[in-house]
Amino acid sequence: MIAGQLPALVVVVPLAAAPLVVLVRRPVAAFAIATAACAFSFFAALLLAAEVAGAGPISYALGSWPPPWGIEYRVDAFNAFVLVLVSGAATVVAPYGWRAVAAEVRRDQLYLYHATFCLCVAGLLGMAITGDAFNLFVFMEIASLASYILIALGRDRRALLAAYQYLILGTIGATFYVIGVGLLYLVTGTLNIADMAARLPAVPDLRPVLAALAFVTVGVSLKLALFPLHFWLPNAYAYAPSAVSAFLSATATKVSVYVLLRFYFGVFGLPLVVETLPMPQILLALSIVAIVSASLVALWQTDLKRLFAYSSVAQIGYITLGIGMASREGLTAAVVHLFNHGVTKGALFLLVGGVALRAGGAGFASLRGLARAMPLTALGITLAGLSLIGVPGTAGFVSKWYLVIGAIEAGRWWLAALVVATSLIAVGYVWRFVEAAYLAEPGPATPARGEASPVMLAPAWLLVAACLWFGFDTSFTVTSARRAAALLLGGAP
Amino acid sequence: MTRLLVLRIVAKILIPFMLMFALYVQFHGDFGPGGGFQAGVIGAAAIVFYALIFGLPAARRMVPEPVVETMVALGVFLYAGVGLLGVALGGNYLDYFVLAADPVAGQHRGIFWVEAGVAITVSGVMLKIFYMFAGRRRDLEEGR
Amino acid sequence: MSAFASHYSYWVTVFLMATGLYIVIARGNLLKKLIGLGIFQTSVYLLYIAPGKLIGGTAPIVAEGFRVYSNPLPHVLILTAIVVGVATLALGLAIVVRIREAYGSTEEDEILAADRASGGGG
Repeated sequence: MIAGQLPALVVVVPLAAAPLVVLVRRPVAAFAIATAACAFSFFAALLLAAEVAGAGPISYALGSWPPPWGIEYRVDAFNAFVLVLVSGAATVVAPYGWRAVAAEVRRDQLYLYHATFCLCVAGLLGMAITGDAFNLFVFMEIASLASYILIALGRDRRALLAAYQYLILGTIGATFYVIGVGLLYLVTGTLNIADMAARLPAVPDLRPVLAALAFVTVGVSLKLALFPLHFWLPNAYAYAPSAVSAFLSATATKVSVYVLLRFYFGVFGLPLVVETLPMPQILLALSIVAIVSASLVALWQTDLKRLFAYSSVAQIGYITLGIGMASREGLTAAVVHLFNHGVTKGALFLLVGGVALRAGGAGFASLRGLARAMPLTALGITLAGLSLIGVPGTAGFVSKWYLVIGAIEAGRWWLAALVVATSLIAVGYVWRFVEAAYLAEPGPATPARGEASPVMLAPAWLLVAACLWFGFDTSFTVTSARRAAALLLGGAP
Repeated sequence: MTRLLVLRIVAKILIPFMLMFALYVQFHGDFGPGGGFQAGVIGAAAIVFYALIFGLPAARRMVPEPVVETMVALGVFLYAGVGLLGVALGGNYLDYFVLAADPVAGQHRGIFWVEAGVAITVSGVMLKIFYMFAGRRRDLEEGR
Repeated sequence: MSAFASHYSYWVTVFLMATGLYIVIARGNLLKKLIGLGIFQTSVYLLYIAPGKLIGGTAPIVAEGFRVYSNPLPHVLILTAIVVGVATLALGLAIVVRIREAYGSTEEDEILAADRASGGGG
């Protein structure tokens, strides 16, 4: 009986954990409940992914009202993969927060952090699993409101301004999305995503549909920080508590990418997106500018957290580059990179968080000679940094490999060359860390000898290991991504 | 607290009716416009009104902060609990049909408890927002 | 009827949308930006609700003598959107209160100047 209820439980358990945490209040119990809820979701997501891989898409009617009248939760090869990423990241970050957030948030308010974290997880999972366009908006706002709160918890007062700016831009993004959905609802009379896709070809007047496409694109692009709509991201990630930066960078933008893909290929359809409008060309151009400019800006940062935040904007550029190719290889690359970058950036932010906690910040002055003060942390950042560059044997290589193949298959040699060339800029900014940590003498700002607490180091190293593991064994990531790409392009899996 | 006698007396007369109206909107939601959200806001408005006339400390004595916070969580939990009860009784999440032998009665029962949860949370949230904004300076001075 | 007059609700929607967005972009005061955001969100409520109403239609409850019903779904959706809007506004105001406590100002340029003065920022 429980197995059939998993699509609901994967979202409901973290959602119900949030009020439970508030009722319990005690920090230890709150932490235990939040972590257990995330772990349950991860377990459920894995089961769902296995079931979908074997038996095909699952449809779950909320409240037993059959779709398209009721809200439908729909799990297929693509969003099962996203569910695994989100719940997995939550399960890794939740125990990390035990020590990291305790140092940054007042003890009597810790339970509120755990409750908000649960809400954020539930919101992101809901965005991924729901098959209803308006329900997606509601979950988007649950996740966004929770993430504004989490970002505002940062110790620096600039975190407040970052959260405010994210709130303004995020709300505009979500409202644009809901305007787009409203236009689609007016022309099709349905909110169910699959039903919408089925009815859209029969719509006689194309103009509202194109307007809806524009609104959804801009709205979701704001959420996923596509260049030039990325201004909220660097400050938000740089000043948020480390656990929050790690979780959001691993999941929030990725789920928005999922939403964009779902609407492009699952609702509007390839002909409209590719032929009627030059969306691939627009995406390609913006992605290239994002990759080059954000990588260059990252080179000049004086703070490691900000550096990685700008690098996130560049890496999102690689994902949208894959989408812009609108081919099977391109989409595979986009979906694989969505996962691999999530794992890599999660590891980096968790490790940098350990440094920031011990040194009181992640400026390059406090990184001098870090390899001697915190050898494991420095090694972890270096390894995950290699994955960020895309060195063979790491997860980052796999996604860039597929990007290059996709570009070559489309006959765009210059694009393949560009992907390789921009990776060299990534070498530049990762090298800046290596230089400071391994080659420089410890300075006055370097933390005293000693690693971060094991509860922080273990989750971080788990993700570093995942970066390496998914570089060698690509059976899970690439197979899932291929299936997702085939599903999006409407072919047989 | 305001010294204007008229305001205080009128407030004392009005507040019970406001609470009554909240309950009316809550329970009449089955047959006409209404429901938990509106009822929760009206109920919270009665307390806010009380606070405006008699002062924030008096309102906080009547509906203390921990109670408000519990209300916020309890309502959501009640909502989720009704949903999970549907699962426990063999239906889907938020399935009200299985809550009673007769499906229509089941829908009735499910909506009743869900709306109760909504009303509790909404009035809790409204009061919490009001307390936080109105009492911010006082709280800072007391170092809370 | 001309296209303008028969679609006046859309014109109102577009006007509110543009007004709200303009306030968010053009104003430097954090509170005024939130007000603009509220107006912008309100335009969406209108976008959904206006087409759902049929002139002469009643609430969709089956009863003798009524045949034309308004679409109830947009109202329910927008009730949810209003709740989201309330939550966003409350959170935004709470953050502005905290910003004012930390910086002593709610003007964006003064806050950015204070950040630059204390090093870093931008």
